[in-house]
Parts: sequence; structure tokens; C-alpha cells
Amino acid sequence: MGWFSTTPFLNVPNSTQVTYRKSSWWKLNQQRLTPWIFLFPGLLLFLVYVIWPIFNSLYISLLQWDGLSPAIYVGLSNYIELLDDEYFYISLMNNLKWLILFMLAVPIGLGLAIFLNQTIFGIRLIKSLFFFPFVISQVVIGIIFSWFYNPRGVIGPFLDKLGLSNYAILADENFATYGIIFAGIYPQIAYCMILYLTGLNNLNTDQIEAGRMDGAKGFSLFKNIILPQLKPATFLAIVVTVIGSLRSFDMVAIMTQGGPYGSTNVLAYYMFETALSEYGYRMGYGSAIAAVLFTIMMFYILFFIYRMYQSEKKGL
Amino acid sequence: MFPIPIQKRPLINRISYKILVPVSLFIWLIPLIGIMLTSIRGLGDITAGNYWGIPSEFLLFSNIKDVFQNTPMLSYIINSFKITIPTVIGAVAISCMTGFALASYKFKANLFIFFTFIAGNFVPFQILMIPVRDLTFQMGLYDTVTGLVLFHVAFQTGFCTLFMRNFIKALPNELFEAARIDGTSEFNIFLKIVVPLTRPAIAALSVLIFTFIWNDFFWATVLIQGQHAMPITAGLKSLNGQWVTVYHLLSAGSIIAAVPPVIMFFLMQKHFIAGLTLGASKG
Repeated sequence: MGWFSTTPFLNVPNSTQVTYRKSSWWKLNQQRLTPWIFLFPGLLLFLVYVIWPIFNSLYISLLQWDGLSPAIYVGLSNYIELLDDEYFYISLMNNLKWLILFMLAVPIGLGLAIFLNQTIFGIRLIKSLFFFPFVISQVVIGIIFSWFYNPRGVIGPFLDKLGLSNYAILADENFATYGIIFAGIYPQIAYCMILYLTGLNNLNTDQIEAGRMDGAKGFSLFKNIILPQLKPATFLAIVVTVIGSLRSFDMVAIMTQGGPYGSTNVLAYYMFETALSEYGYRMGYGSAIAAVLFTIMMFYILFFIYRMYQSEKKGL
Repeated sequence: MFPIPIQKRPLINRISYKILVPVSLFIWLIPLIGIMLTSIRGLGDITAGNYWGIPSEFLLFSNIKDVFQNTPMLSYIINSFKITIPTVIGAVAISCMTGFALASYKFKANLFIFFTFIAGNFVPFQILMIPVRDLTFQMGLYDTVTGLVLFHVAFQTGFCTLFMRNFIKALPNELFEAARIDGTSEFNIFLKIVVPLTRPAIAALSVLIFTFIWNDFFWATVLIQGQHAMPITAGLKSLNGQWVTVYHLLSAGSIIAAVPPVIMFFLMQKHFIAGLTLGASKG
């Protein structure tokens, strides 16, 4: 960026010069000031609505507060209470189930992408239709699956044949969470598939041909030549899947609202329930749950940022 | 090309592939097909348990009419548009500016600000929920479309900035330099060079943000209470409670809710996928 180093630098002019040299002062400094002018609206909104609330929430987590009456500072007692909260552990365990099972979306998406990476008549439309579930709102997906699982719904006739008449997975506290995860993973697979289709589209053909010349075939070709080239797609697929699994709010809210007996709660939903629902307006306690969720997420965020920082340094 | 093109395979493979693809597509879409079938059925079929057979009556239009007549569906849809469109315009416009600032100027805080935008974009919503709701209350914007739009614009700025910055960074820098040598001001460089060149990125971002915001449920729940401002996602949820057994109407409602993002996706497919897969093909 040669233009930058040649930009003359001027000290702040004294007041008598300001009016006289206003336009030339601007000319000389516009390189330095323009980025800040362009950043101003976005940065302001982001600071007010995203950055400040994070710190504010961390502070609220130290309070006992119902949102109306004056807040009382209680130190870490919200966190201490969490340690004894059965529902907190259920939520945490469910988050873990979500995370682990959601990871299946990555290999399944890869498999689908490989399956569909052909050029036959109508394949473009077919790929789009496979991608469909991702475009639709999670609310709709949740409604579809609730109705799907309903023993008096579509699955009913099949359940009867299996001798499971009237079995409602969403009412079974041992399996309800898996029912929701299954619904949640459906659009996620579509997302991973599209990431891998793009990756497969941009493979280096020479390397593959060279590999084939050397006799690499089937799985060894895939493992040694294809998979390394798909690394950026895999990275992105993992990042979006982890984040998707921790943002499981919509599905739980639509399908079970945390029930039966709190067995399908996840941190995202439990936090909402404690802070804003009929179970009471416990802002401080809710914030403490949010802080735990935030800390978990922060590991991934920092990992992602670190990766981006490395590639930025390379790029410069 | 990987895998080996099916055309180079034996005939039997080609035939079985051509059979397998539609079959797997059908299996994949069973949940969606199921809801479409339900939406054309009448109450009679539903109570009789006829979910997969041939519908005894074709009632799609009357079901849709029913939904519009007996529920506030129409106002939910209008609200969704009132929330989505200003958010798209606001977030895209703002991030063109932030993206340009971060892509083409060198200053000390540059990377730090960039990474702040990225990190903020991944934060769980719950850590923002209480302060944002409070702030919206204090501004007198709770339960209004404006309050929801302001938050959406602010939050989407994170993702949009990441997107625009990377796009503008990939533009040839010589263009800007040449313009500067000609004496073009920085603002005109932005307006006359950057904005026209980023049109594909603007298109991609617009469809993506449209879909994200249209499908938002969490913030609609947190910042909206009444029907007058409620978007379709939250509206469907409230209908879900009322209509436990009336699945044919709920299905029709769900299909109505899904139509705008689906149309958007098909019209702008190339841009949509380009936006979503940003970074999937290069490290």
C-alpha cells in the first residue's frame, strides 16, 4: 500500500489556521479520518447492541434482580446456586448431546455432497431441493417434526406396525431430546452439504489425476488427496455446526418448551425460561446461565479468531 | 473431478445412480412432502388418520383462506416484511461502509475492530438478551417493529462486515490508487468505485440477511409481545399452541411462512450459495 506511506502527516493546526486552511487540512488528513467516518455508524450500533450488553450481562449475573425492583448485589451466589441446580446439569448434558450428535451433520453432509457431485440431467434442481430444509425457518421445521412425531400424526401407522402404538417420543423424557436433535440436524446436514459441494467444485484436478496415475483409488484417494483439499470446507462446516448446536433455542421452544419435566432443556432455553417466562423473572440467575453458555462459546470464537488471525498474517 | 463422473462408469452403475438420486431425494424430503400433503387435506382426513393416502378432498386453497380469515396471519406476514426489508437495507448499507474502511485503510486498530465484529457475530443470543431488552424498553421501543429492526441491523453488521471486508479486500488495490492520483476524494472512491464493484456481494448479503431475519424467532419472542408487531415465526408459534389438533391449518400456515424465503432462494440461488459458502473453497 504505497499510497499510505507517502501521505504527508500534519500536526493539529492552531486555531487561527483552522478556518483559513480548513479545506487543505481535510485534504491532508482525509486518509487518516475517512476510515473512522465510515466505521462510525456500524461501530456505534455494534458497541451499543452487542459489545456493551455482553459486559452488562456479566455484571447482572452478580445481582439478584427481577427487572423491576431495585437490584441487590449478591456476588457469586447465582453461580453457587447453579452448582446445585439439577436442571442446570440436565441442560448442560443436553447441550453436550446436541454438540456430539450435531457433529454427525458434517460427515453426512460430506457423504451427500459426494453422492450428488455428478453432472446428470436436472442435478442443479436436485441439489437445490436437497438444500431446501436450510432455507425454511426452524420454527416450521419444528412444527413439521412435532406433527411428524405425534402418534396421531403421520408416524402413527408406522408405529402401529412396530407395535409401538401411541408412542410419543416428545413426551418420553428419556428420548425427547434425541427427537429434537434429529429435527435440528436435518437443516444442518443441508448446510454442510452445500459447503462441501462448493469445496468439491473447487478441487485441484491436476492433483487428483496425478494421484490416480499413482494408483490411488477409492478410499485412499479420498483420504490422501481429496480430504486435505477440503480442509477449508471442513473447518467452516465444523464451526457453523458447533455454533448451530449451541443455538438450539428455536427447536426446543417450538417442540417441547423444555419438557417433559425439564428433560429437553438446553442452556439457551433454560436461560430464557428463568429470566423471561412465567417461572419468574430471575434476571441475575438467567444471566449467570448465559455467562456459562458464553464462556463455552468463547473457546470456539477464540479458536476461530486465532485461525483467521494466522491467515491474515500470511495474507499481509 | 471427484468422484469419478458417473458417465465413465459401467451402464449398470449409471442406471442405478439415476434411480437412486430421485429415491433419496424423496426420502430426504418426506417431512416436507408430509406437511404439503396435510395442508391440502380436510378435517375429515385428519381425524380419520388418512395422512399418507390420497386426500379425499383437495382443500389447499380453502385451508389457506381459513388461515387468513381466522387468524392474524396476514398481519404477521406484513410485519415480517416490515422487519426484514429495513434490516436488510440498513445492515447492508452500514457494512458496505465498515467493510470498505477495514479493507482499504491501514490503521492501528484495524484488525482489532475487524475481529471484534467477527467475535460479536458468534456470541450466544442469551448473553445479550436482558440488556438489549432493557435498552429497548428504555428507548420506548419495546414491542415495536423499530426496536426489533434496530437490534437486527446492529447484530447483522458483524457478519456483513466480515463478508464485505473480505470481498473489498480482494478487489485490485490499483483501482483505488489510480483514482487517488487523479484527485478523487475518499468518499467518491467509495461511492463511484467500491459500491458498483461490490454489487455481487451486496446481492449475496441481501438474500442471506433476508432469510436470516425472516426466520428469526428468538428476538421476535424477546422484543415483541403483541400481534401488531409480531412476525410470522412468532405468530406460527402462538398458533401452534391454539391448534394442537388442527394440523391441516397449521400446515397451511407453515407453508405460507416458508414461501418468501424459498422464492428468494430460488431467484437468487447463485448469490445465496456464494454467500453461505464464503471461505469454503479457499483457506
